[in-house]
Amino acid sequence: MSVVLIIAIIIIMLVIIIIGGKDQLSWKFLSEFPQEGMTKGGIFPAIYGTALMVIIMSLAAVPFGVITALYLTEYAKETSWIAKGVQFAVRTLSMVPSIIFGLFGLGFFIKFVGGGLDKVFSGGQLIWAQPNILWASLTMALLTLPVVIVSVEESIRAVPRDLREASLALGATKWQTIRKVVLSGSKSGILTGTILAVSRGAGEVAPILFTGAAYYLASLPHSLSDQFMSLGYHIYIMSTQSVNVDQTLPIQFATTLVLLLLTFTLNFVAVIIRSRLRRAH
Amino acid sequence: MKEFKIKTVDLSLFYGSKMALNSISMDIPQKQVTALIGPSGCGKSTYLRTLNRMNDLIPGVRITGEVQVDGFNIYDKNVDSVNLRKQVGMVFQKSNPFAKSIFENVAYGPKINGTHDHKKLKEIVELSLQRAAIWDEVKDRLHDSALGLSGGQQQRLCIARTLAVDPEIILMDEPASALDPISTSKIEELIYVLKENYTIIIVTHNMQQAARVSDNTGFFYLGELIEYGKTKKIFTGPDKKQTEDYITGRFG
Repeated sequence: MSVVLIIAIIIIMLVIIIIGGKDQLSWKFLSEFPQEGMTKGGIFPAIYGTALMVIIMSLAAVPFGVITALYLTEYAKETSWIAKGVQFAVRTLSMVPSIIFGLFGLGFFIKFVGGGLDKVFSGGQLIWAQPNILWASLTMALLTLPVVIVSVEESIRAVPRDLREASLALGATKWQTIRKVVLSGSKSGILTGTILAVSRGAGEVAPILFTGAAYYLASLPHSLSDQFMSLGYHIYIMSTQSVNVDQTLPIQFATTLVLLLLTFTLNFVAVIIRSRLRRAH
Repeated sequence: MKEFKIKTVDLSLFYGSKMALNSISMDIPQKQVTALIGPSGCGKSTYLRTLNRMNDLIPGVRITGEVQVDGFNIYDKNVDSVNLRKQVGMVFQKSNPFAKSIFENVAYGPKINGTHDHKKLKEIVELSLQRAAIWDEVKDRLHDSALGLSGGQQQRLCIARTLAVDPEIILMDEPASALDPISTSKIEELIYVLKENYTIIIVTHNMQQAARVSDNTGFFYLGELIEYGKTKKIFTGPDKKQTEDYITGRFG
């Protein structure tokens, strides 16, 4: 019964969004800058900003996540306090509300690291101690790290033990075995984890609220110290702070639709890869 | 004293406090096939795995005594177990080819050892597959996945993979127990040919196989080496009654 209810609610939501936004959707919409105070034009910079942000986020989160997952599965003794500590940290991290990440990003990355960088490299001039795409991406990376770790861990554990034994019995070192058998056998898991992280990162708004997202920028971000526009933030701003909410309504719906399609597609692809991976074993 | 390729001296193995091998002393001659027989769980595989230090992978394992390969104790502090395993290869009960192509499976060992010249690798792969009596069956599909081979073929591929590293000793842990009779006899023929160049130690549940294939046989029971000697003698006139009971099927 409750399943039917949930599905019904989701369908109703989707229908409202699709009806409200489908007319606005067009190639022009996706490739133009917003005009006339967000009441006309497109959302290209928001798409570009979101894409750039998730790329930087992945460059940070994926290697670090893979290393952590490797450590937990291949190097740490299950009962050691370090392993337990890391597992606990990962679990806790996955439960933290996303706004907390935003505050952490502000306090740690912008004020502490950024402030430190400014003191050391530019003699106090304000360059890094402010919101930009780098800090926002790193903050988002923290939020999506557990997703990557869990997915990679799962696929590493799925590599059968007898393949590792075969490699070791041929005179390979542990690290060679990890590189050539374990990691190469976990490629799908790493990919799934990345896609899930990207999908999550594309949609979250709270972590980038204070750390880099901007309401309107006349040009695209050129360097790591620039701010950026993002789909999620764009929807939030348009629906709460735009001058004429009615006029921007179709654009809000369309932007929501774009974001939903993006997230759905990414999740769908991740699920397919994951089920193929499971069937292969 | 290079008469014996492998010599274990009072070898005992403990899982924690539980003793799995009790003071095993065996002299294994070069370029012959030595079979280890005995009922399930009596320590044959555990003993086999001490010979290439695969037991090191199990936490809580303790060894006393010595395992000498070419006169050197392989459990000595200075011995690198990674290098040891290039000299002492192993074929497992259930074939375990990598999820790679046939070529890449066989080339795995040489690549680990630093051989990257493609021409050399091709030579090694062909030679190893020939020595494992599987070259004709796979020569036209070297770059197909190894997982597409039948069980018997996969096992011969695993043997080829082990041969590619050019070990002097090959350990086989029930290599044919998961295979049909035809594949089994192919493996047995292979063992007969391989012993010209390699020292082979094979664990087997199948007594007829041991009698067919080996020069020497050791009978294990409950972690102890009950009797060890020439295969002919063990199977026709063993010294110990326990051995005779096992051979004639009174228990097992």
